[in-house]
Amino acid sequence: MKRAKWRALLMVPLFLFLGGCVERTAVLNPQGPVARTQYDLIMWSIGFMLLIIVVVFTLFAVFLIRYREKPENADYEPPDEEGNTLLEIVWTAIPILIVAALAVPTVKATFALEKPPTEKVKPITIHVTAANWKWIFSYPEENIETVNYVHIPAGVPVKFKLTSVGPMNSFWVPELGGQKYAMDGMETELILQADKPGSYMGRSANFSGEKFAHMEFEVVAQTGADFRKWVKEVKQTAPKLDEKTYTQILKPGLVGRMTFSNTHLEWIDHAKQNSHHENGHSKGREHQRDDGMSEGHHHGE
Amino acid sequence: MKWSEFFVTGEPLIYAADVAIVLTMIGIVFVLTYFKKWKWLWDEWLTTVDHKKIGVMYIICAVLMLFRGGVDALLMRAQLTAPNMKFLDAQHYNEIFTTHGTIMILFMAMPFIIGLMNIVVPLQIGARDVAFPYLNALSFWLFFFGALLFNISFVIGGSPDAGWTAYFPLAGNEFSHGVGNNYYAVALQISGIGTLMTGINFLVTILKMRAPGMTLMRMPMFTWTILITCVLIIFAFPVLTVALALMTFDRVFGTQFFTMANGGMSMLWANLFWIWGHPEVYIVILPSFGIFSEVVSTFAQKRLFGYKAMVGSIVGIAFLSFIVWVHHFFTMGAGPAVNSAFSITTMAIAIPTGVKVFNWLFTIRKGKIRFTTAMLWSLAFIPNFVIGGVTGVMLAMAAADYQYHNSYFLIAHFHYVLIAGTVFACFAGLHYWYPKMFGHILNERLGKWTFWLFMIGFNVCFFPMYFLGLMGMTRRMYTYSDGLGWTPLNVVATVGAVLMGIGFIVLCYNIYYSARYGERDMTGDPWNGRTLEWATASPPVHYNFPVTPVVEDIDAYWVMKKKYGGFHVKEEDLKPIHMPSNSGRPFWMSVAFFVAGFGLVFKWFALAIAGALFIVLGLILRSFEDDDGYYIPVDEIKRMERAARKGA
Repeated sequence: MKRAKWRALLMVPLFLFLGGCVERTAVLNPQGPVARTQYDLIMWSIGFMLLIIVVVFTLFAVFLIRYREKPENADYEPPDEEGNTLLEIVWTAIPILIVAALAVPTVKATFALEKPPTEKVKPITIHVTAANWKWIFSYPEENIETVNYVHIPAGVPVKFKLTSVGPMNSFWVPELGGQKYAMDGMETELILQADKPGSYMGRSANFSGEKFAHMEFEVVAQTGADFRKWVKEVKQTAPKLDEKTYTQILKPGLVGRMTFSNTHLEWIDHAKQNSHHENGHSKGREHQRDDGMSEGHHHGE
Repeated sequence: MKWSEFFVTGEPLIYAADVAIVLTMIGIVFVLTYFKKWKWLWDEWLTTVDHKKIGVMYIICAVLMLFRGGVDALLMRAQLTAPNMKFLDAQHYNEIFTTHGTIMILFMAMPFIIGLMNIVVPLQIGARDVAFPYLNALSFWLFFFGALLFNISFVIGGSPDAGWTAYFPLAGNEFSHGVGNNYYAVALQISGIGTLMTGINFLVTILKMRAPGMTLMRMPMFTWTILITCVLIIFAFPVLTVALALMTFDRVFGTQFFTMANGGMSMLWANLFWIWGHPEVYIVILPSFGIFSEVVSTFAQKRLFGYKAMVGSIVGIAFLSFIVWVHHFFTMGAGPAVNSAFSITTMAIAIPTGVKVFNWLFTIRKGKIRFTTAMLWSLAFIPNFVIGGVTGVMLAMAAADYQYHNSYFLIAHFHYVLIAGTVFACFAGLHYWYPKMFGHILNERLGKWTFWLFMIGFNVCFFPMYFLGLMGMTRRMYTYSDGLGWTPLNVVATVGAVLMGIGFIVLCYNIYYSARYGERDMTGDPWNGRTLEWATASPPVHYNFPVTPVVEDIDAYWVMKKKYGGFHVKEEDLKPIHMPSNSGRPFWMSVAFFVAGFGLVFKWFALAIAGALFIVLGLILRSFEDDDGYYIPVDEIKRMERAARKGA
């Protein structure tokens, strides 16, 4: 059994290298300061974890081989030992030290991730709305909106303001950094930043119903100049979004990429508590029907 | 409601299952009638209050549910083997992962553990039954009919499809219109009530019914873990009861506790669910630690190393298990202070767990290890569980968790702790206590085949998933596109799952084979055991011990064997034994629960009320019942003892 374990451990790097997948192991391929903070923390922890595994596996192997029952030791009577206080203190103290060594950088990183990675550049804000089963990105300052893809300037911290119409989703772009939930009637903030221009895969990491697996989006990082050029182009060429079109987009289902030269924030902000259905009044309920959300997915067919 | 909505239609797999269910039921009725076994079934099993028979029934259900949950798993693996597979559609896949998770935790792991504790705990503490035998039968039948209600959802009405966590608003009326999630709410409620009663029952049993001389610090380690588990059940399950009740109100009566509209709060569900859910995983892992402790000590032929530290670490883990639940949703944005606090409490669980691992290692050090099947499962637990444990610590680090959360890294982690922890323990316990349950030993050769197939298959299946997670694959995806580089590892995982499936088939064959040809255990102590269950016959007479044993130290039976050469009963010491009477009421009351539950699921309130009235009737009848049980006369005991011990 031990052999099988080691073989499995050896096989894994083999897989990764043979398949040329290192750059596909998104979490281990950080492309921005947020992902790098997390990468460093992960590597720091993996070091300790491998140490623990080596110690336990070695003791395990040695004891199994030395103390198995064999014809030569038929007369051997195992000692009646109750324990060993010194040893027990040792293997309580060492885990405490390891936990401390992991806890300090964890707490530091957890606090650091709530702030933009750099103070020098002014962050941009993008509102993200998850709906069944698409991602809507609104740029309040630029006054443009995109669906299922998002452009960001490289080297600039991006404050994603996350919310959802309907089920909870999780906004995750592994190469740029960890995820956060997008929830109906609430707003969460996730700060990410790309080092350099490139294209990064994003997806929902929290199950939200039938076509959840298709909730992918592309993050396109561009140089500042290219990003401004793209914004200008969108403002000039993209159509206006109106309430009717927006209601259509929100209906459960899949849509392709879309681009608009204004944002839905003009008339609704789903991040506000009960934004699309006023408290208790029947009007609220009708409205809820209007935006198509009560259709949901059909069940058990 | 139309018939086409009542029965699930449109899937060849479902029709095949319908046919299989009908044929199985006809087969069972035929066999029972042909062999005139109806009365036997009613007298010996359906009305029994004997903890050993109840335990056996729990384990039979658990093995059936392992089959059901395993088939779900294989269907999922088949679908994920290649990108863009069309084997299952999204809705079907979503139902399958939901039922897989729910069944494996609540209807497989729980009854397996509860079954083993039913059989073993009264024997280990030298008791004749549990404190409340009638309640114990009711616990079992509530679990049974809860599980039945949950399982019929896949042919009648449709299965739940919002994940075993049933997060709102997805699981609410706004997005889930069928009856599937009603099944979830009601079936879990019914079996959960049974579990809560089991917790109370065994807490009282262990505290009040130990043999003379068995102080708390002389209890076998398995009994210790069950005691602490009962405390966890008693504190955790009421939270589930409340959460499910609110869910039922939301779904059936239109209240707004967790909805999007009218001030409902979906995050409240997530919190309530995990305030129960995290202790719940310790409810299935602590008894597993107990099983490993018993088996490792028996087959290393050495007492458990660091008994006091083992007890202390169980208590520590149990305490910590209630203050870590937020780590299931670090990504909900509770803020860095909250996340940091829960990170640290979660990592702290590694400390007592590490203590236990080293104590097991030092139990085998200087021992004389016999590699029986039960011991192989227990030994394999150590390295596999350590892999699950250290990746658990990695997940506990909030800032890093943002990258692991809901990915296959998480899937790999919790399968490493739940399979290498709980499932290995169930198999170890099954092989170890099988002679005590049935009087014969499970074949060792077949047992080892099961072990190697399942253990290697498990690693081949789940180890690649750590890397799939780091590649960005998230849980609950019914398909993925080509070109992501996920295919090779998914193929490997499927191969592993198939190996595990073959291992399970060998286990089932072993049960059949050993029943026919297995070595009979005439001694009652086939493994040279250390605790009191081995002082009885295999299987024990229904009153367990003809006279109550007296305990002098930890490993009570081991001490008896060393000092007196065994547990000897003088016929002049025999006194009439007081035993509880059988009752059919737990069975039919649970049927009433089932009927009421079914009515609630479909909002057929007349049916629900009718079922509820029968439940109340059962309570009233029990309250006015005047049955103090019966006494077994000494002559009868003598006769039974001779019959049971004829081989020894």
